[in-house]
Formats: sequence, C-alpha cells, structure tokens
Amino acid sequence: MDKRDFIVRFAGEANVVTATEALASAAASAGYHVYTFATFPSQILGGPIWTQIRISTSPVTSQGDYPDLLVAFNEYGYVHHIPELRPGGVTIYNLKEFELPDDGKSFGIDVEALAKEVGNPRATNFVIVGAIAQEIGLDLDDIRRFNKAKYTRGRPNDEQIISSNDAAVDLGAQAARDSGIHLDDIAAPIPPDYEQIMIESSDAIGIGAMAAGLNYYVGYPISPATKILVWMESRLLGKDHFVHQVSSEIESINALIGASYAGRKVMTATSGPGLSLMSEGLGLAWMAEIPLVVVNVQRGGPATGLPTKTEQSDLFACIHPAHGDVKLPIIAPGDLEECIFGAARALNWAERYQGPVILISEMVLSERKQNIPMPDLSRIRVEERQVYSGENGYRRYEAAEMSPMPLPGGPGAYIANGSEHDEFGDTTHLAEVHVHGTQRRFSKLNLLNDGDYEEINPEASVVMMPWGGTKGPAREAFEFLQERGVDIGWFYTMYLHPLPEGALDILQSKELVIVPELNFQGQWSALLRMDRVRAESITQYTGLPFKAGALADRIETMVRQHQEGNVPA
Amino acid sequence: MTSKNPNYDFKWCPGCGDFGVRRAVEWALTARNEKFETRMQDHVIVAGIGCSGNLVHLMESIEQPYGIHGIHGRSLPIAMGVKSANPQLNVMIVAGDGDFLSIGMEHIGPQANRNLDITAIIMDNGVYGLTKGQSSPTTQLGVVTSSTPFGKIEGAVQPLAYYLEIGVTFIASHYSSKPRELAALIEEAMEHRGFSIVHVISPCTTYNDTYEELKGNKRKGIEPGIFGLPDGYDPTDKAQAVELLKDPRIPLGLVYREERPTLDQAYGAIAGKANSVTAEKILATYAI
Ligand SMILES: Cc1ncc(C[n+]2csc(CCOP(=O)(O)OP(=O)(O)O)c2C)c(N)n1
Ligand code: SF4
Ligand SMILES: [Mg+2]
Repeated sequence: MDKRDFIVRFAGEANVVTATEALASAAASAGYHVYTFATFPSQILGGPIWTQIRISTSPVTSQGDYPDLLVAFNEYGYVHHIPELRPGGVTIYNLKEFELPDDGKSFGIDVEALAKEVGNPRATNFVIVGAIAQEIGLDLDDIRRFNKAKYTRGRPNDEQIISSNDAAVDLGAQAARDSGIHLDDIAAPIPPDYEQIMIESSDAIGIGAMAAGLNYYVGYPISPATKILVWMESRLLGKDHFVHQVSSEIESINALIGASYAGRKVMTATSGPGLSLMSEGLGLAWMAEIPLVVVNVQRGGPATGLPTKTEQSDLFACIHPAHGDVKLPIIAPGDLEECIFGAARALNWAERYQGPVILISEMVLSERKQNIPMPDLSRIRVEERQVYSGENGYRRYEAAEMSPMPLPGGPGAYIANGSEHDEFGDTTHLAEVHVHGTQRRFSKLNLLNDGDYEEINPEASVVMMPWGGTKGPAREAFEFLQERGVDIGWFYTMYLHPLPEGALDILQSKELVIVPELNFQGQWSALLRMDRVRAESITQYTGLPFKAGALADRIETMVRQHQEGNVPA
Repeated sequence: MTSKNPNYDFKWCPGCGDFGVRRAVEWALTARNEKFETRMQDHVIVAGIGCSGNLVHLMESIEQPYGIHGIHGRSLPIAMGVKSANPQLNVMIVAGDGDFLSIGMEHIGPQANRNLDITAIIMDNGVYGLTKGQSSPTTQLGVVTSSTPFGKIEGAVQPLAYYLEIGVTFIASHYSSKPRELAALIEEAMEHRGFSIVHVISPCTTYNDTYEELKGNKRKGIEPGIFGLPDGYDPTDKAQAVELLKDPRIPLGLVYREERPTLDQAYGAIAGKANSVTAEKILATYAI
C-alpha cells in the first residue's frame, strides 16, 4: 500500500533550509499537506543544523518523530541523526564530504558536481529535491511546476535558471534510480477543495495584528523574533503607519507607551532577553493603563540562553513581568491559524481593557511553515479604543473599571502616571487611592474572559492540557492515546490569562490535569495549581519539541500511576 | 489637574530652582499657544522621575497640558513614541540631571542621531534630589554627598559639550533664576525643528545650594559662575561653540543650532512613497 505520511530530515549545512523550502513548496502545490521544522546553531554559517519536512496526504499537527529519509550533507549530520532514522529508512548523503559502505540502505550523490554539470552551481537544492522525489515517488512534474512558478520573475536569465534547475532535478532523480534503492511510494495527494495558504508564524502574527488595525510597530532585532520586525518594515510602512527599528527593547516598550498614549494601536516583538529589558515598561503600561501588545517569541533561556532553540520557559516572566501587583493577559497560539486570530485578539484585548497584553510564541512555531486553509479575516471584529470626548478637567482614573481614554490634541488632558495616582493622574500615596487603583487594575481583567476552548471527551476525569506550540505534538499524542484505549480528555485554549469563562470550573473539577510543557519548572501547571487545579507537568528542556510517540508513553505512564494512586495531584 | 490638587503629595523645598523653571515653561507654552493658535491639550510633557519631573503636575498658572510621568530615565523613548505617533503634537520632556544623564544617558545618542523633534528641559542641580542627596553625573570632582562621603572620585560630565559632540541640533544653556529669559529660550527651542535641549542649572537648596557660586558674591570675592554669550557669537558655527564651551562657567543663551531633517520628516519621505496595503491583500500573496 502506498504510504500516506513521509518525514524527510536534512542534516548538515546552512543550505538545508532552502532545500527544505523547495521541497515543501513543491509538495504543497501538488496538493499534499506539509509541515516544516528547523533548528539551528546561532552562527550564520557552520555548526550543526537540521530541518525536517513532513509530507502527508491529510493534515498533520506535528513535525513527526522519526524520519523515513535522511539527507546528510556531512558526516557529522549523518552520525548524529542516523539513530533517529526509522527502521527501513534510507539515507542520501553528500558524496563529496564522506562515503558510506554499500549497505543497501544508503547512497551518495556528489551534489555539487551534478549542479555544475547543469551549469548552475546554485541548483544543488534541485539535485537533492529530485533525488528525494524519486525516492518517495513524488511526481517530478510537480517539482518542475514549482520551479517554473518560482523563477518566472521577469528577469533576463529566468529561462536559463528554470531549465538548469529542471536538469538538476533530472540528474538527482537519475542518481536515485541508479542506486537501486527505493522507499515506499507516497500515495497520490488528495488536493484540498478549499483555498490554501503556505505561511509561517511570524507572518501569520503580522497579518493578524494588521487585520486588527495595528498602525505602529517598533522593535529591536533578536532571534527568533527578528522576522516579525523585518516583515513589518516592508509591510506596515505607509502614510498612516509608523514602523521603525529602535535602539533597544527599553526604547521599544517606552516608545509603544508614548505612541499608544497618543492614540495608536501598537505592538512590538521580542524574545526572552528583550522581554526582561521591557519589564519596567510593562509595569508602567499596566499602572498608567496604556494599551499595547508585546509578542514574546520564546527561545531557550535564561540570559542569552539558547537563542535558536525552542523552550516554553518564559510563562512566569510573561504573566508576572514586573515588580508589584501585576498579572498580565496572555494569549499563547498553538498553531498557525491561532497566530493570526490570537494576534488580532491580543490587539483587541489591549484596547478593550487598556493595558499591556503578551502574545507568546516560540521558536518551533516561528520556524514552522505549513499549508493551512485560507483564514477568513472577516471573522476578526476590530475593537476600537473608547476615546473620551467630554470636557477638560476629566477624571481619567475615577471609575471602578475601565473609563474612556482622552487623546492628546483632544479634551480631557491628564497625566498618565506610573506612580500611584488619584483620578486625575496626580501622584498620591494615600492608602485608599492605592487600594482603589489596585482593585481597578485587576477588575479590568474581567473584561477579557471571552476566549474559547477545545474540549474532547469531557466526561474523562483525567485530561491533558498542553499550551502554546506543544499543542501540535500533544494533539498527536492524544490521538495515539485514544487508539490505545487510554481514558483521557483533551482541554486546550490559547487564552491562558484570563482563562475563558467557565474554563476554570471545568479544570477544577478534574482529578488530574496533565500539562506537557517545554520547561524545567512545570510553569503552567504551577500557575494552574495556584488556581486550585490538580495539575501536574510532563516536562522536557532539550531545546527541541516533544516527539508525539514518546509523549504519549509518558502520559500513559502518568495516567496509570494516577489510577494506582501515585501521582501527587 | 494642577498644583491645587490637595491629594497631590509632593512639594518642592522653598527656594528650589525648579519653581523658576516651572514658571518659564508656563510662560513659554502660553506664548506658543498665542503664536500658533494652539491649546494646552496640544502639548504633551513627558516627565522623568526626580524632584524635577514633578513639574508636570505642578502647573499653576495654566490649564493642564497632557503629560506622562513614567519611569526613571525613559522620558526620551516615551517622547519618541508620542511624537512619531502624532507629529502634530508639541512634545517636551522635563527631567533631572540624574534621570537624563545617568540612567537615561543611553537614549540621548539615538534621539540626537534621528533628530527627534522634541524639546528637553533638563533641570540640573548636580545632585539626586528626590533620593536625598546622592552624587549625580554633574556633581563636581571631590564634592561630598551622602553617597560620596570621601568626595566624588569621578569628574563631572560636561553635558553641553556632550550634546554638541553627539549631534543635538539645538543646545541652549541657562539657569533658573531668570524665568523670562529662560521662557524665551524654551519658546525658541520648541520652534526649532529637531532635537532641542535647554539645559538649565536649577539649584537644589536642600542638598546642593549653588546659588552663590552661580551669581557670585562680591563681598566674599566670589566671581559669578555664569556668563553671557560674547558679542557677535554665532550659534550656527560649531567651531565657535566648541571654543565657548572651553570656559568652565555656565553660558547663558543659545550655544548651538543646526538644521537637519527630523525623524518625522525622514520617515515621512519614505512612508509617503509606500502604498499602504491591507491585511487581506498581504494574506492573498500567501495563497498556493
Ligand atoms: C530604575 C530606578 N532606579 C532608581 C530610582 C530611584 N530614583 C528616583 S529619582 C532618582 C534620581 C533623581 O535625580 P535627578 O534625576 O537628578 O532628579 P532631581 O530629584 O535631582 O530633580 C533616583 C535614583 C528609580 N525611581 N528607578
Ligand atoms: S530636594 Fe532639592 S531639588 Fe528636590 S525639591 Fe528640594 S530643593 Fe528642589
Ligand atoms: Mg538632580
């Protein structure tokens, strides 16, 4: 029977990224579902790097555990990844770098020599893609169509590039045929009958934010959030918009505060170290009641940490980023659709409750490219700020909850104050004013319980509740568990704080909530326990995402221990 | 609200130089409103943290302008946000020497470089007033403060020379006892298109009373620490400014001025060429 799900891993050098993209785009345009994954060292060139692409006839939610095909560009990559190749898998290696004994499971190609042969040294990717396509029975015409579409750019040498790439594909495929080694054929695609996009999360976040009316963005480069700044610099630019690179994250957050105060819808994106620098500014935005959104694309921490690896270890820092009584709203998208709608909601939330909102993403999400159904942006209901239009002498901070915000140039001039302040915004340390102010700032969070959640098997007394980018692998693990007959429920929301209305009651009613998460401390389960939920984490802190199969095993073990009365929940 | 708010729990000490600066700011804003037919609500004052920053709450003779009293050292980036969000607004910052030149130092260079069109009023008392008398970047070498019991071991920074060096496009210097003259300088600074700093020596009567050093005392043989600009001084000539600032005394007046495109002009020039695109249009480019 033809195989429905193929996982190809590339290990070696920087060019693996372009090879992955070429294969992903070609497969997606042929009608397959693709999902890419990448992990790098933080240098520009050199160092171990690997990417993975999953090609499937139906939608997938994770990068896949064990590759069917390993493409090793150097010996280091081969040695490190061969243990993960599934039994029966095949290795294609770069003959110029190293050679393996003839074992019937691998073959070498001198990729560069073949590229030179077609007169285009840059066609190495196409040699590789041709070989892969031949190995898994992907239609070579799909690759040619992709090549033609991509390089028809109205430049004089288009024709030459396209034909040399095509020739490279043929040479790669020929080399694979000559090897006599062949994997199973991939089943024919079931081309979706709906419109699709191929996108990665940083772009999705940008689109969602713009759909919600974003018109001011400043940022400072930092992996893996830089992509959002770069995307914005060319997309948001325009007469009524402001986008700029500033000189630090301290500048970013404070500029957002000023811009939002003056009436803009504002956002920045950063990663751990930048979030730490924004700490005091986030406290100011909370205290002075200034709407803004900070996207924190998590990487491994602390300090400079693991700039190009994934981790979910900033949750504490996002929800409690500053000194004093502060608890910020958190939205943590778990897939690409959620990146769009979560970003839009983050802007809406900020405007609605007049304060800072953190959108949490993470390295694996940010490096993921996937084809998804065309999102319906008309679902986004843009919320505008309540603007004050009365007289001067306005008591901006008087009400117990939210009150309309005056804008400079309009009536109601006041001081937005980071010191405790009375209703005019004037500094005061009177006890009753601090009590009122603190209660007002927390009560506004009640305006944000309109999130939704997913629940499967609601009768189960044990549920798993992943968050953020772990949603995908966890979802696949959940399916394995169901196939194995484990009695477990699924509970998921990207709205971590405040939780959607009713969510906490459901969670508190469970005997055990299992939280798979990529950090050491078990941060989300700790926060759930603060809310009297019997939650326990399954943690991993390797810099890599969960493998669905291994995660399912760990969850199953925890469920069994719980049934035997052994989990301290 | 204004200084008449009974809840407001901060007061300047009697004789504090900041009173004079407050008066000058009030006069300058009033004059600007008359000249350009603007209202107090068209101005935004971003205040630093220190005794000086409290100026934003203490307007006495004018209606309350908009204000942000934020966090220590960050008034410049906040002001950058306000101005880049709405270039129509007149944006001013008020801050102390500690706020601006110590913790906030990292923000001066970038604003000078991008020629952010705002006016900074720096109240330099050579000390940290609000935290009760520690040394500041402009405290002189050897001066004993609560944090330098054996005398300060670093020399004082030279703010005017520093501003000149890093490209601030309008640099004025004065002291707090002449609010009329100061108001005129502040007005001129606000009219300047670009980053203007009015650096005001504003003595702290409680922790660093320098009135006598500034004004001099004939009887005690103390020469004034201030001096007027020489006849024919040309503030657009950088070489003259460099020469002027070799004098250790405080010059009174406009030290330097230069015309250069501002951030909003430069940004406007590229943004004007871009076609604003909608999220829907961008999304469509990802279709497969
Ligand atoms: C991050 C931070 N560090 C320290 C302080 C404490 N602090 C408040 S005001 C101040 C210095 C004030 O000196 P200056 O800016 O010269 O103002 P002045 O009171 O002299 O007018 C300091 C250190 C603070 N508020 N925030
Ligand atoms: S301590 Fe000094 S600077 Fe502060 S109010 Fe008193 S005199 Fe003014
Ligand atoms: Mg001071």
